[in-house]
Amino acid sequence: MSGLGTNARVVRALGARSIRQTFRRPQLISPIIVFPTLLLAIQTGGAGAGINLPGFPPVQSFLQFMLAGSMMQSMMLAGNSGGIAFAVDIEMGFTDRLFASPIPRFAIVLGRLAGTAALGLFASVWFLAIGLIFGAHIEGGIPGALLATFLITASSLAVGGIGAAIALRSGSASVVQGLFPLVLVVLFLSSAFFPQELMIEPAKTIAEYNPFSFIVEGVREPIVSGIDAKQTLEAVAAIVGIILLGLALSASALRHRLRVG
Amino acid sequence: MEAAAAQATASGWRANLATIAAMTARAKNELLRVPGAAIPGVLAPTIFFLGLNGVFGALIDLRGFDTSSYESFIVPVSMLQGAGFTGAAAGVNLARDYEQGWVDRLLVSPAPRWVLLAGNVLAASARSLVPATFVLAIGFAIGVQWPGLDGLLVCYLMVAAMAAVAACWGSMLALHYKSQSAAPLMQAGMMALVLLTPAYAPLELLQPWLEAVARINPVTHVVEAARQGFVGDVTWAGTWPGIVALVGLLVVLGSLALREMRRTNV
Repeated sequence: MSGLGTNARVVRALGARSIRQTFRRPQLISPIIVFPTLLLAIQTGGAGAGINLPGFPPVQSFLQFMLAGSMMQSMMLAGNSGGIAFAVDIEMGFTDRLFASPIPRFAIVLGRLAGTAALGLFASVWFLAIGLIFGAHIEGGIPGALLATFLITASSLAVGGIGAAIALRSGSASVVQGLFPLVLVVLFLSSAFFPQELMIEPAKTIAEYNPFSFIVEGVREPIVSGIDAKQTLEAVAAIVGIILLGLALSASALRHRLRVG
Repeated sequence: MEAAAAQATASGWRANLATIAAMTARAKNELLRVPGAAIPGVLAPTIFFLGLNGVFGALIDLRGFDTSSYESFIVPVSMLQGAGFTGAAAGVNLARDYEQGWVDRLLVSPAPRWVLLAGNVLAASARSLVPATFVLAIGFAIGVQWPGLDGLLVCYLMVAAMAAVAACWGSMLALHYKSQSAAPLMQAGMMALVLLTPAYAPLELLQPWLEAVARINPVTHVVEAARQGFVGDVTWAGTWPGIVALVGLLVVLGSLALREMRRTNV
């Protein structure tokens, strides 16, 4: 019990450190908040007339539709920023000092992921607040907002796991930073920004099978129409799948890091 | 006496041009020696181009959209976006040079401040042709209409000048903050300037607030000038507002960057 309490304190301390680190460095916080907010404004203003297209699902406004996409973008970039910060820690030798301390190795990774999840939570609240301020309705009410927030927080944990695995494997911040374009590719090839039925091939077909489309639909549904059990379960299944993948990759990368030093 | 003064002036100009050429060559060497550094600047606009085309391509079905090819409509925007990223990168590189002491060495040299700035800006202008050409090649591969030689020249002119504007913006911020931490501000500023225009749809189809912003954003004229060959005919009436907008932006941002450079002490 005492061991568990100690581990929880380690995770909390490392998580708090990673949050402070993000807010202190403009390079880390801008991709999470500034760029997605800017893109939300531009895409809402630029492509907002798209809701008049035949086949566009009934929504109150394009802003309401886009909120889930912006949360996803922010969450994925939080995962990427978390990976970059973790790799910087490895480059600077901070992680080596943690490895040499009497704490379980998994707590080191979990601490970083806790920080990333907290940033995901912050991002979801930020975009819900922006939506409400600019007139978007949350059709699912408070339970719908809580569900969207939960799904984004859990997703950031999942995506952060993959970022942490790549940081551990490569030990290089520039390699993790190089994944930034990939985040954009994954987002554009999902239904984050437009209904999948109205996308152009081959993006349309890829979006149909992209696990991030399931997550974004699970987040969007409580905002645009109300909680839907099927879409929520599909989103949860996609998140669990990515968490398992992140855990497997992180465990393997951690072993590699301990072996090569 | 007058002949000696004229000779000194000519020699001064030759020295200035040689300095600008040397600084441009340094930027070119950086591109050749570290090609990986140019990849994000090339990849980002390409991903945006392909992504926006895949996601928002159906917008051409809206009443009031006067083109049948969204890829042709959006490709000049992505080329200008590439120019914005390249120019902002010039600012980041200048901040890095400052952090490493290279700018201090330049400042104690007898080269005038404007020459140092011009070297950085012209190098960015030349580098912007790399992502623009890459995006355009991808565009042609997926069906972008041939803009005609005049349309292509106007588009490249807009791209090169936009990169110079972005480099002035980036240099101004780099010299003001003297830190690479200002990079997000350099990139976000250019992204906003290029995208707060009829980038995604014609002016009439934008939301009222964005339409109002786009109408006063000078880069709207640049986007429309760069786009004209891809969606219709190239005309002088469609070109000169873009040139005036770019000259105005260059004068304003160039002056501000020069002021920051003059304020920078060794």
